Amino acid sequence: MSEMRGKYLRWTICLAGLLTLLMGAVILSLSVGEMNLGFMDIFAILRKGHESMEYTILSQIRLPRVLLGIAVGGALSLSGILLQGVYRNPLVEPYTLGISGGASLGVAFAIVFGLHQLIGSFVLPAAGFGGAFLIIFVVYIISTRSGRVNIQTMLLTGVMVSFIASSSMMLLMAVTSSENLHGIIFWIMGSLDEPDMSLIYITLILSVSALILSYLFVQPLNALRLGEEKAKHLGINTDLAIKLLFLMASLLAGVSVAVAGVIGFVGLIIPHLMRLLFGTDYRILLISSFLSGAIFLVVSDVIARTIISPNELPIGVITGIAGGIAFLIMISHRSIRSINRSR
Amino acid sequence: MSNILAIQNLSCGYSKFQLSDINFEVPKGSFAGIIGPNGSGKTTLFRAITGILPLKSGQILLSGKNLKSFSLRQRAQNIAIVSQFIEAGDMSVEDYVLMGRIPYHNRFNFFETNEDFEIARKYMELTDTWRFKDQLMSELSGGEQQLAGIARALTQQPELLLLDEPTSHLDITHQVHILNVLQQLNQETGLSVLMVIHDLNLASEYCDRLILVNQGRIHTQGTPEEVLTFQHIEDVYQTVVVTQNNPLSGKPALFLASGKVLREIQERLANSQKS
Repeated sequence: MSEMRGKYLRWTICLAGLLTLLMGAVILSLSVGEMNLGFMDIFAILRKGHESMEYTILSQIRLPRVLLGIAVGGALSLSGILLQGVYRNPLVEPYTLGISGGASLGVAFAIVFGLHQLIGSFVLPAAGFGGAFLIIFVVYIISTRSGRVNIQTMLLTGVMVSFIASSSMMLLMAVTSSENLHGIIFWIMGSLDEPDMSLIYITLILSVSALILSYLFVQPLNALRLGEEKAKHLGINTDLAIKLLFLMASLLAGVSVAVAGVIGFVGLIIPHLMRLLFGTDYRILLISSFLSGAIFLVVSDVIARTIISPNELPIGVITGIAGGIAFLIMISHRSIRSINRSR
Repeated sequence: MSNILAIQNLSCGYSKFQLSDINFEVPKGSFAGIIGPNGSGKTTLFRAITGILPLKSGQILLSGKNLKSFSLRQRAQNIAIVSQFIEAGDMSVEDYVLMGRIPYHNRFNFFETNEDFEIARKYMELTDTWRFKDQLMSELSGGEQQLAGIARALTQQPELLLLDEPTSHLDITHQVHILNVLQQLNQETGLSVLMVIHDLNLASEYCDRLILVNQGRIHTQGTPEEVLTFQHIEDVYQTVVVTQNNPLSGKPALFLASGKVLREIQERLANSQKS
C-alpha cells in the first residue's frame, strides 16, 4: 500500500514545514521591532531572565503579541475553513455571516454610551463578544426554526443580519461625538495590541481546543463535500454536524473579533490557499489552515509595526492588501497550471 | 424467498404531490427496476426509501426489520445509493471511492486501514475505474463518474444497491457497460439491486422485476413480460407503442410510432373501410 503511505507521508512533510515556518515567524516577530534583537540573543535573554530591559520587551510586549497572533490567526482561519465546509461555498468567511458586524455594533454601543469609562477596559472585548454572540444566536434561531437546517436560508440570513448590524453601527457613528467615532474606528481596524495577558491566554486556549474538537467533525466535513443528501447516505447526521460546526466556527470568530478587532481576509484567503496546496481532505485542511493562519497573522503583525516605524499600521490593512495581492497571484498561477494540465 | 426490501402501505410526499398505497417487495438477490413517466413519483419514492423524505404512513422493511430501527450508520452499511449526478469535484477517484468506508469508521478513525484500501481497490478494478484512481473526479466523463459512483457504493459493502437513473445521460456503450457490471454483480455475488430507470427497453432487458409507477401510485408490478404490455404502456404514457420480443433475449421490447406513420396507418384503414 505504497499509495497510502505516499499520501500520509506528504501530509507529514507539509505539517513539519508549516511548523518550521511558524517557528521562524515567531522568532522573527520576537527579534524585530523598535529595538532589534539578534536571533540567537533571544534565547540568551530569556534564559538570563527578569532584570534586563530586553527581557521586559520580549515578555511584556512581543511575546503577548505573538501568542495573540497565533491564537487569532489560527482561530479565524479555522473558522473560515469550517464554514466553507459547512456551506460548500468557498466565498463564505467568518465575517460574511455578520459576526464582525455584530461585534462592531457591540463595541460601538459600549463606546457611544461610555460603558468602557464607567466599568473598565475589559468592557470592549466583552461588548464585542456579546454583539457577535447575539448575531450568531439570531442567525441560528431563524435558520433552524423548522427543526431541519436549511443551509441556503442560513447563509442568506447571515448576510442580511450582517447588513442590519453594520447599518445600525453606522447609525451610532453618525450621531455620536467625533472622539467616540475615533475610538470606534480605531477598534474596528484591529490590532494585536492587547494589554490583558489573561485574555490572551483564554483566546489561545480556546482556539487550540477548538482545533482539537474540530477533528471530531472531520468525517462529516469530508462527507459534506459530496453534498448534504449524499453525506446522509453515507450515514452522517448532517443536521447535527452542521449546527455544531456553525456554532463552533462562529464562536471562534466572535472571540477573535472581540479580542483583536476586525482583522479581515485571514478566514477567506488562508483556507483557499490550503485548498490549492493540499486538495479537499479536511484531515489535513483543518490543521494546516490553523497553522498557516497563525503564520500569516504573526508575519502581518511584524510588517504592520515595522513598515512605518515608529508608528504602527492597523494589521487589518496589511492582511487585506498583502493577502489580496498574494491571492490574486496564486489564482493566476493556478489557472496557468490547470491549462498546462489539461493539455 | 426472503425479501431484502418490503414497502408496506407507504404514503409520503410534498404538499402538491403525494405517493400513496405503495406496496411492493424486492426479493433478496433480485434485480428490480422502478419505471414510470416524468412526474409519476419515481424520484419521490426513491427519496423515501433512501430516508431523505419522511414517511406519512406505512413502513419500509429492510431484511424484515423496520428501517426506522436502523441508525444512519447501519443504514449506510446495508443500503448504498448511487445518485444520478456525482458532484465530487476536486478529489481523486481513489479518495472518492474510499469515502464508501465512512459508514464503517467511528469519529476517531482518522486514517484508512489497509483493509479499506484493498476493498476500494477490489471494486475499482471490478468497475474498471482503477486506471483512473489518481485522476480528479471532475476530469472523468459522465459514464466514468457513474462507474466511480458504483465503485464507491460497492465499497460500502451493502446488501442492497439503489441507483437513480444510472444510465440516463449516457451513450449506449456506457449504458450497456454499466448495466452489465450491475448484472454481473447481481449474478455472481447475489447483490440485490433496485434502480429507477427511464429507458423501458433497458429495464426489460436487465431487470427481473418491474414496478410501474403512475400518478403517485403503483400501476402494475411483476416480471417485464407482465408489466410491459402495450395496454399498460399506452395507459400510463399516453403513447402508442408496439411490443415485440427481443430476438436474442426473448424479453419484451417496445417500438414507438411517429405521428406521420400513425396518420398514414389511419388513412389506410379509412380507405380500406370505404372500398
